[in-house]
Amino acid sequence: MEEKKKKRMAIIASKGTLDMAYPPLILASTAVAMDVEVGIFFTLYGVDIVNKKKYHSLKVAPIANPAMPSPIPFPNILGVLPGMTAMASMMMKGMIKKINWPSIPELMDVCLESGVRMIACTPTLEMTGVSKNDLLEGVEVAGAAEFLDFALDANISLFV
Amino acid sequence: MDKSEANVFLDAKGLNCPMPVLKTKKALDTMQPGQILFVEATDKGAKADINAMLKRTGHELLDAGEKDNVFTFFIKKV
Repeated sequence: MEEKKKKRMAIIASKGTLDMAYPPLILASTAVAMDVEVGIFFTLYGVDIVNKKKYHSLKVAPIANPAMPSPIPFPNILGVLPGMTAMASMMMKGMIKKINWPSIPELMDVCLESGVRMIACTPTLEMTGVSKNDLLEGVEVAGAAEFLDFALDANISLFV
Repeated sequence: MDKSEANVFLDAKGLNCPMPVLKTKKALDTMQPGQILFVEATDKGAKADINAMLKRTGHELLDAGEKDNVFTFFIKKV
């Protein structure tokens, strides 16, 4: 009997804001539940998502982010005021909790437990002075070519 | 089908996409082939999500229903 080859998804996560940390992880965990082999390549600011010291406190800024929802009409320029980013991040965390979604650390646990392959970009680590010890357990370190080799055989490739 | 025919019960009420699907798959992974999982969910997208997951993983949907805005599923692990 012919064995069906497993589907594969490759995601490049380049953003480190609270809102943009969710799409790669939500898609990855869902795909794994559908028997898809998943690998996420964290590069640039995306590395914050797998950094033990940073992933508890990812932020989202309203400034220059006109898509950010707000309970009251809010001139975007006011986002420069001190405290606005912290407030927006708190608001977003509240919205996420309201729909019963896990926090980023919890979601990372779910992904790692279910076998999502997590790879942090070597040059980014060097550039930002982050060491492998700062990364969550189970996160590999590799460069572009190794990830591209994985992605070349992927059915779905996404850039976030 | 009746709840008494199930071996494992999953309450996914109040959870939003993709949590119902993730928890359903996680529950199935802990079960023996032939066992039946009973799932309850309130997420409107749960029916389509669970069906998509079952299509890809090959487990069998024995029965599905809806009562008082709660969707129910009887899934047999293959």
